[in-house]
Amino acid sequence: MQEHQHNIKLPDGSIERQTTTLNLGPTHPATHGVFQNILEMDGERVVSAESTVGYIHRAFEKLAERRPLYQITPLTDRLNYCSSPINNMGWHMTCEKLLGVVTPKRVDYMRVIIMELARIADHVICNSVIGVDAGALSVFLYVMQYRERIYEIYEEICGSRLTTNIGRIGGFERNFTPAAWSKLESFLDEFPKVMKEFENLLKRNRIFVERCVGAGPISAERALNYGFTGPNLRAAGVDYDVRVHTPYSSYEDFDFKIPVGTTGDVYDRWLVRNEEIWESLSIVRQAYEKIQQFKGEEAEVFHANVPEYYLPKKQDVYTKMEALIWHFKIIMGETAIPAGEVYHSVEGGNGELGFYMISDGGRSPYRLHFRRPCFIYYQAYPELVKDSMLADAVLVLSSLNLIAGEMDA
Amino acid sequence: MALTNEYIQQRLQEKFGELVTGVEQPYGMFTFEVPKSHNLKVMQFLHDDEALGFRFLTDLTAVHYPDAPGRELAVVYHLHNLAENVRIRLKVFTAVTEPDVYTATALYQSANWMERETYDFYGVNFVGHPNLKRILNVDEMDYFPMRKEFPLEDQTRIDKDDDMFGRGGHIN
Repeated sequence: MQEHQHNIKLPDGSIERQTTTLNLGPTHPATHGVFQNILEMDGERVVSAESTVGYIHRAFEKLAERRPLYQITPLTDRLNYCSSPINNMGWHMTCEKLLGVVTPKRVDYMRVIIMELARIADHVICNSVIGVDAGALSVFLYVMQYRERIYEIYEEICGSRLTTNIGRIGGFERNFTPAAWSKLESFLDEFPKVMKEFENLLKRNRIFVERCVGAGPISAERALNYGFTGPNLRAAGVDYDVRVHTPYSSYEDFDFKIPVGTTGDVYDRWLVRNEEIWESLSIVRQAYEKIQQFKGEEAEVFHANVPEYYLPKKQDVYTKMEALIWHFKIIMGETAIPAGEVYHSVEGGNGELGFYMISDGGRSPYRLHFRRPCFIYYQAYPELVKDSMLADAVLVLSSLNLIAGEMDA
Repeated sequence: MALTNEYIQQRLQEKFGELVTGVEQPYGMFTFEVPKSHNLKVMQFLHDDEALGFRFLTDLTAVHYPDAPGRELAVVYHLHNLAENVRIRLKVFTAVTEPDVYTATALYQSANWMERETYDFYGVNFVGHPNLKRILNVDEMDYFPMRKEFPLEDQTRIDKDDDMFGRGGHIN
């Protein structure tokens, strides 16, 4: 019972003394994904919460044990599907670490562009959905149009939009087309204005601020103990970012800040993501400029020279003996894969996305484990919403950037 | 002083001596093994020691080696010292017939669901876990699907009616 209720004398058996069980999910518009919370309610107040996950478990780790490395990329798409390219790149880099493949700088920068665009798409959705759950639908619809622009860039690069399966071990399947570059240019040109407007609509909006400040806070110590990573950890005041701590894909060549919050509440999480979008935009711009500086042959490089792992061009397969051999060997899983044990992680949309692969030298991994950030930090939800109002519980849920696909693997 | 792999190894061997075995550094990550009776003691030491300070549990999972009698299941912990940015990997092996391993939930809240997942897929019984039940699979399941004795479906099987799944289903 709440402190303030102690002075009210309720008769025995009064309905006011009883708590109600409320099923929030598994299919509920406010959960933004398939997971269930069984809330014990005292009126509008959450007494306790129990989370159930696993409704869309698809046995990715088991499936990966029979697939050759390049066929695992589409599985990673379906983890955090709001930022699939980051998962794809993380997976390629894990394989490259195992195989000892070194990618050229231009490939690294192209990857950085794709990953940061994915981060923008991810954060823009999460932050605008926080707006929706606080009662502001228009901002969501507005920025959704610009996520579409990012998806068009993906489409120009790899042909698909949501589950991208973008890139390959060693680089990309093809160079970015002129259309992709021009779409990127116009996005870089137009998005900042929209972003500024989006920010202005929410950042100092009194209704939004009063809904968010103090909702679902967590201390840095608790957040670390709960295994928080990504924006949620940074909102609690810990400046841990994989891109800076363990740079991959040449992130060390870029100049950017790690925004941190203090209280770890919904508003700080929103602010951290908001600032990260600006940082990501700046990284994309830097990478774009760096790529422009490559001249001559270097400006055409889009993959590492590793014929034993990188699929040859299709027309070469039909006309060149060597390409046909490599193609056959890669597809039939005949290329040598070293035995080893590797952990690689990238800064995903919602935290540290890790890949732990054990190879026994066979064509597919002996064991592949995904460290899925939101599966780990979602455990904290009951603690975050205890004693809060039901409406805040919904807000906290969306502010954590939970993606059911990633949680359930 | 910098937290090097050599220093970590030296400190661990000072404290636990012969119990620290299987020291490797695959791709630069310090990896070692301890008996399963000591997993908590070692993690507590790594957590509390001022110089080591491995206070973040990055990942916890298991691996099944059916061909290693008495050491079929490996529980793998990835620990991270965020201040020094050093990662290590700790392994504990156990027999599949007696898959009891002490839980790390008292040390790390994050271990709760990760251990439930590991139990769910490998049947590792985490002794002392507050709520050790299945998490991603259905509660009624009576086997541990990630173990190697459960192969994936034979891709050439033809006894299945796939008409509803757009795969033709014309093979008879």
